[in-house]
Amino acid sequence: MAQANITSDMVGQSFPHPDEWKWYHYFTFNIDHKVIGIQYLVTAFFFYLVGGVMALVMRSELATPSADLVDPNFYNAMLTNHGTIMIFFWIVPAAIGGFGNYLVPLMIGARDMAFPKLNALAFWITVPAGLMIIGSLFFGGAQAGWTSYPPLSRITANTAQSMWILAIILVGTSSIMGAVNFLVTIWKMRVPSLKWDQLPLFCWAMVATSILALFSTPVLAAGLTLLLFDINFGTSFFDPDKGGDVVMYQHLFWFYSHPAVYLMILPIFGIMSEVIPVHARKPIFGYKAIAYSSLAICLVGLFVWVHHMFTSGTPPWMRMFFTVSTLIVSVPTGVKIFSWVATLWGGKIRLNSAMLFAIGLLAMFVLGGLSGVTLGTAPVDIHVHDTYYVVAHFHYVLFGGSVFGLYAGLYHWFPKMTGRMMNEPLGKLHFVMTFIGTNLTFLPMHELGLKGMPRRVAMYDPQFQYINIICTIGAFLLGLSVLPFIINAVWSWRNGPKASGNPWNAKTLEWTTASPPIIENWNVLPVVTEGPYEYGHDPAEVSSS
Amino acid sequence: MKQIPAPLLTLTIGVAVTLVSLWVGFNHGLLPEQASAQSVLVDDFFDVMVVIGTALFLVVEGAIVYCTIAFRRREGDDTDGLPIEGNLPLEAFWTAIPAIIVIGLGIYSVQVFQDMGGFTPGDRMPDHGTMIAQSPDASLSGLVPAGAEPELLAKSVYGFGAPLEKEGIAADLEVNVSGMQYAWIFTYPDSGIVDGELHVPVNADVQLNISAQDVIHSFWVPQFRLKQDAIPGKDTELRFVAIKPGTYPVVCAELCGGYHGAMRTQVIVHSPSEYQNWVQSRIAQAEPTTAEAIATNPADLTDTEYLAPYAAEIDFDAQLLAHLAH
Repeated sequence: MAQANITSDMVGQSFPHPDEWKWYHYFTFNIDHKVIGIQYLVTAFFFYLVGGVMALVMRSELATPSADLVDPNFYNAMLTNHGTIMIFFWIVPAAIGGFGNYLVPLMIGARDMAFPKLNALAFWITVPAGLMIIGSLFFGGAQAGWTSYPPLSRITANTAQSMWILAIILVGTSSIMGAVNFLVTIWKMRVPSLKWDQLPLFCWAMVATSILALFSTPVLAAGLTLLLFDINFGTSFFDPDKGGDVVMYQHLFWFYSHPAVYLMILPIFGIMSEVIPVHARKPIFGYKAIAYSSLAICLVGLFVWVHHMFTSGTPPWMRMFFTVSTLIVSVPTGVKIFSWVATLWGGKIRLNSAMLFAIGLLAMFVLGGLSGVTLGTAPVDIHVHDTYYVVAHFHYVLFGGSVFGLYAGLYHWFPKMTGRMMNEPLGKLHFVMTFIGTNLTFLPMHELGLKGMPRRVAMYDPQFQYINIICTIGAFLLGLSVLPFIINAVWSWRNGPKASGNPWNAKTLEWTTASPPIIENWNVLPVVTEGPYEYGHDPAEVSSS
Repeated sequence: MKQIPAPLLTLTIGVAVTLVSLWVGFNHGLLPEQASAQSVLVDDFFDVMVVIGTALFLVVEGAIVYCTIAFRRREGDDTDGLPIEGNLPLEAFWTAIPAIIVIGLGIYSVQVFQDMGGFTPGDRMPDHGTMIAQSPDASLSGLVPAGAEPELLAKSVYGFGAPLEKEGIAADLEVNVSGMQYAWIFTYPDSGIVDGELHVPVNADVQLNISAQDVIHSFWVPQFRLKQDAIPGKDTELRFVAIKPGTYPVVCAELCGGYHGAMRTQVIVHSPSEYQNWVQSRIAQAEPTTAEAIATNPADLTDTEYLAPYAAEIDFDAQLLAHLAH
């Protein structure tokens, strides 16, 4: 512990810096974790808008059964890059890079991450990756889906596909750097008075996330490198005509990409466990259960990937083994949901924008989880695999879940990050539009898939047009819902009422410093005297009821 | 947890949730009609999950809505809620209940999967020659221990084989299915018929030997609840019994290129006599339509032409169809 203390003090002394950052510092190779966190968040939000426009192109095309708006190959480029951007350039960097970098050192009483320069490098290599993804669109765009299964990915739009692969390998490398940094930081840099069972649950979630990223990301990089060699250098790892095996690619891909789902949701679960107790004014219900369930999801989550391949070249035992392992994942996830509901029970819930998004997440994640159970069983998955039922499911989890969680986090920590409060009426308008838009867009998709509409199609059976029009209307409402948020964020950042150091009266360490925090977070490191969620213990604050 | 409602209230809510869940589970109407023996098995399983899912959904969403209303902060109240940090029996309860449910669903999955024939892909009669086709690869043969049954080799076929009671019995009809951008070609080895549509007799045990010529495709008949990828370099199969005469769509479910969405055809389930008539007429008229079936690329058709075959099925009038295409 003494050692950790010395390390964090040394970080503070190791680089000269001005008293506060100016706007242009945010465009440089800056090693302050808070600057890097905001760099990630703003960049990721930009890509969210890009990916959103792609979604609107697709929904416009799908307003009619025939392919009459855009070229079908362009449509495939849209669906490929929509998925890629939303996953690799929005949710993952915003949740892990953005909130992880900004919050972890502040929550554990450290002056910075363990490896600040590695941290800055991890952000800056995502910039060429983003440029390459956007650049690939000028070469037709990758068109084989975000899964990029060969042989299709070997024979379609080779230049764009190669750029796509290089971009993903770069963000994967960034993810590995970040994971090492988080693990070492949480392990070694905690302020000595912070015990393991006082570690905020967001940090536990980041531990689980980082372990997953470390185990799984290299496998994706390997698979994509082999594909890159196949496309450009004449190898035939995935060329069946020369003895290659296309199913092997699917294993390499999903060994990473299923855990990637947990990379996108575990940090969000962490955000939930911070936002809910603060605004429900209650201790988190079942701290240990939530912390352990993150680790359980991390462990079991490494052994469920074949449920994406139940209709592929997989032997019977594999289909059954992964049915059971997938079903097991729902247990720790259920524990979290129940714990959050129990945290709400008997609270004094402040229904502000952050809390509304958190409760909205809870409401929608339940449906995403339940449809996930049906998808996890091979007999039902055989029918609905690669249909709109799957699209509905993962948007409930990733939009209703991850994106709502990101918004909850943004409303919750905006005062800390900017020193300004956000506008509540605009935030509530944003929530209502997003909640209605999400359900209008994605709820009807369950029926589409069950009734027989495959996903990733630019043209479809006209019997499905009615439901598709509902989805398209919902998608445009979702598109509009971003406007109140952008107006709110930009206006509040400049003109919002000043925020105090602890506007929510919260107990975690990031609220013990100024808003925004000074460059090295604290003049004198805080001393932890109580747990992060000990609300209602002060008799004066508990109501008599 | 002092706010636990009175036992009577709990009982009433429990009964109501159960009744609503059961009703939803068996009346959701979300699945297309059942046209294969397998579809009945899958639907029963799905309905059970809908019942359980609806019950969980109602309880959890109900709790969320109740909390949001009953425990919202009142104006001017800046106090905290009760300092409840956990409740071990309650936590054990809500860990155990989902665990028991998923174990039950896991066992049910294995049962349904077995009844569907999921454990026996590649289970062929020796005289069908499939195993011989599998084994010329000398290196593969070398891996098999001496004296091992040749069936071991046949296990590298994926998909769905014979249901349990028919294990080891050859299918009534075999059809070779080949996926290509953007069409399905059906070849009947017994009669030499080649067609762009799949014709099968009702109540017959049909085995599809599925292959792909270019990229991965996926053979799906929603009304059969069966899907199997067609994978270049791998043999897959689907075995099914159609139980209801009619015409059902065959859909490609794996992204296979720009016109993936147009890679559709149909399966026609005939009565046995109709099926014989179809076989006789196809043999009589020889092969002219074969070339047509292969040569017609959906990409070359206008949408109206392409969608025309569906017009009858979905009761769409042609004018509207033409209108949609523009």
